[in-house]
Amino acid sequence: MSTLQPAALPESVNDKTIAEPPESVKPRRRRKTAAGEAARAISSPWASGTAIVIAILWTIPTFGLLVTSFREQRAINTSGWWTAFGDPSAWTLENYRQALAPGTSASLSQYFINTVVITIPAVMLPIFLATLAAYAFAWMPFPGRDALFVAVFALQIVPLQVALIPLLSIYTERLGFGASYWSVWLSHTIFALPLATFLIHNFMRELPGELMEAARVDGAGHVTIFFKILLPLLTPAIAAFGIFQFLWVWNDLLVSLVFLGGTPDVAPITVRVAELSGSRGSAWYLLSAGAFIAMIVPVVVFLALQRYFVRGLLAGGLKG
Amino acid sequence: MTANVLGAVPAGIIPEPLLRAESVAGKFFLMFFAIAFFAAVFGLVLFLASLFRGRTGEKWQGVVFVGPTLLLVGIGLVYPAILTINQSFKGRSGEDAYTLSNYTAMFTQPELLLVLRNTALWVILVPLLATSIGLLYAILVDRARGEAFAKALIFLPMAISMVGAGIIWKFVYQYKQTSRPQIGLLNAILKALGFETQQFLINAPLNTFMLIIVMVWIQAGFAMTVLSAAIKAIPDDIIEAAKLDGVQTFKMFRFITLPSIRAALVVVVTTIGIGTLKVFDIVRTMTGGQFDTSVVANEFYVQSFRANAPGLGAALAVLLFVLVVPIVVYNIVQMRKEA
Repeated sequence: MSTLQPAALPESVNDKTIAEPPESVKPRRRRKTAAGEAARAISSPWASGTAIVIAILWTIPTFGLLVTSFREQRAINTSGWWTAFGDPSAWTLENYRQALAPGTSASLSQYFINTVVITIPAVMLPIFLATLAAYAFAWMPFPGRDALFVAVFALQIVPLQVALIPLLSIYTERLGFGASYWSVWLSHTIFALPLATFLIHNFMRELPGELMEAARVDGAGHVTIFFKILLPLLTPAIAAFGIFQFLWVWNDLLVSLVFLGGTPDVAPITVRVAELSGSRGSAWYLLSAGAFIAMIVPVVVFLALQRYFVRGLLAGGLKG
Repeated sequence: MTANVLGAVPAGIIPEPLLRAESVAGKFFLMFFAIAFFAAVFGLVLFLASLFRGRTGEKWQGVVFVGPTLLLVGIGLVYPAILTINQSFKGRSGEDAYTLSNYTAMFTQPELLLVLRNTALWVILVPLLATSIGLLYAILVDRARGEAFAKALIFLPMAISMVGAGIIWKFVYQYKQTSRPQIGLLNAILKALGFETQQFLINAPLNTFMLIIVMVWIQAGFAMTVLSAAIKAIPDDIIEAAKLDGVQTFKMFRFITLPSIRAALVVVVTTIGIGTLKVFDIVRTMTGGQFDTSVVANEFYVQSFRANAPGLGAALAVLLFVLVVPIVVYNIVQMRKEA
């Protein structure tokens, strides 16, 4: 199921947290850690046994639904998915065909496209705005800078529930957005800005000030410095925030539910799948395929960019 | 048909063709338009900034750079939050005279007290269980063969939406009468062991615990990742020294590992705690908040948008805010102490 490269895994953040001798110098040596020692001493069979039990418990639920999504409707409702391996004739792609076929009432393809259209701008807009703000907070002196930065930082703790009802009325009554993409694009951008500004600001502060000084002595203005020097160096921070925001927006239910309702023209796939779960809770052929159609993109992106995700996680990047 | 709906809405700042689209091509056109529009704002900010020169100009440049962010956060977060707090004091509808009735209702009405009890259960159990399992697993697989793969298995639920996780687990809990063939894994196990099958999502209070398991399943990967990084950051010489002194395994864990990762533990527990307070998707997808499973964030949605009680909804949102603050403050105080 997983095709991970070891280098892309969580432990690769080590290079940041500890100074490790290069692997090439001591190729096969395993470093000892307090925890590793503890684990080894609890007599290895028990330790690995427990680890395997946890790993199985964590994998089986997803695996079961995955198997189910490839079984015939009749088979799903009359026998457990674990019996599927003895009956290869009941395997089918029909569930996915039905879930993706355009035009039918069960179709999810339209909602899938809505999710894509919602997600891409909702990831890019906060990056545009937050890099600008973070640069000013990090390197430009202006009156009230520190107080404003603390204020933006503190806004991270505001639960978005507090803003939803008034925002909805601003969109519909003052701006005329109604149930359109603009409502969700703007909302996701607004809710992301405090975290994005904070993360990118922290990263910028770590860049050496001499870099900026030298460029200024050479007569470069802030705009030139921003584009020529900072932007290329910022890629890891932007990637870290980008993957957070991507997962957040793609997987979001609450924001879309509030601003878009179930409107098929604009609603994302999470809203539709949650709705199906309520209204057709026993249509497992549809629910299982639908869940995996909604899941596949974030899982692939997540596995591919895990390194940045973990780095962001350890830099304190979490929002709610 | 649409004319009626639009008639009720004042003329928007965005013309209709750029507001909505029905065809796939139209939707993608809207998407690219939005990106181009914001890229233009971005360019305009830089252009404006480049007009200011000299010492005083520099101050204005800073203001121009932070301007869009402050504007959006101010209009979209601070101002609505103030309105919500105000609304929460104006009765169920949010439009009556000032009163504390929403807050007294929260702490006296039995169904709302149940919501608070459920939320308390979630906030106590999820951080505790997710952190313990994450820590145990991080220790068990530390430096083991196949560590990377083993971690990925636990880590993966973080990429799955809570809606997806809800459906995955709803299938695990699926109920059929004991006499019939089972399709849900958990009831199949109960049946194989000779027990009656259970309606896991309907029988209270069992169902709340079944929902809590889903959140633990999602969050354990986060705990494991952060704690694993912390464990690996413990310097080797401390461990060597302790071993030379003949420190035993469990004492090693108690007196070396645990104190060394204290800061990371605090971050993990508080972060999961905050996330759990706001849990909505799982409850909404799996039970819809029925059968005594509602929590504050779900009740907020139901009251605000379904039960036509925006005032009470606002009060619940404010409650969430009030509950988050002490956790964050504790977190910051702890970090200060460590630093």
